[in-house]
Amino acid sequence: MRRAALDKVHELAQRDRRVLFIGSDLGAGTLAPMRAEFPDRWFMEGIAEANMIGMAAGLAMDGFVPYLNTIAPFFTRRANEQITIDLCLHKLPVRLIASGGGVVYAPLGPTHLAVDDIATMRVLPNMAVVAVADAAEMRRLMDQSLEWPGPLYIRLAKGGDPIVSDPARGFTIGKAIIMRDPGTVLLVTTGVMLGRALAAADLLKGQGISCGILHMHTVKPLDSAALRDYAAGVNLVVTIEEHSLIGGLGGAVAETLMDAEIRPPCLLRLALPDAFADEYGSQDTMLEAFGLVPPQIAAAIRRRLG
Amino acid sequence: MINHDKAPDQAEPIDLDERSLYLRRLVIRGLEGGGRGHIGSSLSPIEILRVLYDDILRYRVDEPAWLPRDRLILSKGHGCLAQYALLADKGFFPLATLDSFCQQHSILGGHPEAGQIPGIEVSTGALGHGLPVAVGMALAARIDKRDNKVWVVMGDGETNEGSVWEAALCAGKHRLSRLVAIVDYNKLQSYGPTAEVQDMEPFADKWRAFNFAVTEVDGHDVAALRRLFAAVPLDPGKPTAIICHTVKGKGIPFAEGKAEWHHKAKLPPADIDALYACLGGR
Repeated sequence: MRRAALDKVHELAQRDRRVLFIGSDLGAGTLAPMRAEFPDRWFMEGIAEANMIGMAAGLAMDGFVPYLNTIAPFFTRRANEQITIDLCLHKLPVRLIASGGGVVYAPLGPTHLAVDDIATMRVLPNMAVVAVADAAEMRRLMDQSLEWPGPLYIRLAKGGDPIVSDPARGFTIGKAIIMRDPGTVLLVTTGVMLGRALAAADLLKGQGISCGILHMHTVKPLDSAALRDYAAGVNLVVTIEEHSLIGGLGGAVAETLMDAEIRPPCLLRLALPDAFADEYGSQDTMLEAFGLVPPQIAAAIRRRLG
Repeated sequence: MINHDKAPDQAEPIDLDERSLYLRRLVIRGLEGGGRGHIGSSLSPIEILRVLYDDILRYRVDEPAWLPRDRLILSKGHGCLAQYALLADKGFFPLATLDSFCQQHSILGGHPEAGQIPGIEVSTGALGHGLPVAVGMALAARIDKRDNKVWVVMGDGETNEGSVWEAALCAGKHRLSRLVAIVDYNKLQSYGPTAEVQDMEPFADKWRAFNFAVTEVDGHDVAALRRLFAAVPLDPGKPTAIICHTVKGKGIPFAEGKAEWHHKAKLPPADIDALYACLGGR
């Protein structure tokens, strides 16, 4: 997914001279072909995220569309004030490509986990927050990112994630994708949890429980119309996300449904707990530790349905 | 490269001429209108901004977004009354707008906001943002092959912020000779003397170590500022840092060098009169 995103930055730079790239001490050879082709629009800066964001803001104020890449929490925690003021207050077209969304960096511990990024980014006025499901969908997002008018937070997954998105269903920033029509239950997912949700829905289908799936790749601006439409008439809405229980997709969905005065009998939020991880392992083992692998998702839904 | 061995603030104090007094009266006008303001912080950079707007910057009052303009970022946004005085004086907005400072529907807030005030490039207020943004603007000029300069005015206390030094590293690396970092070195931050709260000395050496061409000047000496600003870049392969030795509250004898005049609110009319009296009357 990261490769797809960065290759697209190069492609966009070929298409549009406003596009440039800024990384902060990324892996050796990152975007080397772009560097060779556009040396004046490729920057590898030091480990200095506050400056990287401010620098991108200055470039955007003078007409450029900077695409930035670093590890997610180093954007969202370290440079939060720069993102808030330099990017969001000025509503600048800067794209933050955030590596390691969720618990991708499980083996590296809590300093590197991005489990609060959706919350801290979506609370910022003018910021858009997108978490696509796979590399194919990333390419569709990147094509649209060029003309998005304000700052855009792009949450990357681990990479090599199975392709579960469907090109026939299209992609528009801010428009949720209905992957399966609602039945008794509506699953609302973001990012790679779409794949887990599809598998959980298959398990439940075998047990006589029909689940619709709404892929909410854009958590902000949330497609509240689609959510309202598909949530109406189901017995249970379930949000599934690789993020803290606080402030992420589940929070956004709860707020939207409450504001719309649509109160399904139940809203089940499946997410990471409000706690720092106390184990390492892998993304998969950590998701399992927190009940977010398909059999656990299916079991939680069955329990809630009673 | 001009280099002073001694801090010029050891020299004889500069008498303010009528234009400097007039601009300070505009600052007091804003302060009176808003019933508050960072007065000390707005009186120290008056000559720096005056020389930039009068003699150095390339800009069009009737076309603030004119592409080849020089960019000026007041990174110490709390000193905005000084920039508002200059912008009003130049006609970016009417002088009477100063009377609305900080009022509910004014364009002039307690920190400057871009998009709201003609002539303001960047919204500032949180410290340490101006220099990184200026780095981006200087790079943009380089990529687009424009010859405009990017000027940033920072406070001395502001340079406590790590982001200033992140940007300084980056500017030095990219040899951004169109970038000029000016420090309004009035030696007082909010609580008290910079030497006590967070000493930045040896200050010039720090900038030099970050690959800036560095010089120091009396920040109230209009002729010296004019000569120096016109000579930028001091080194064709480096960004420039100009440490302007200033006096916080300059022009108001009872406020000069006093930390309690960093910000004032609810000044009674008699105090406003006293401020004007120091500046040649209303």
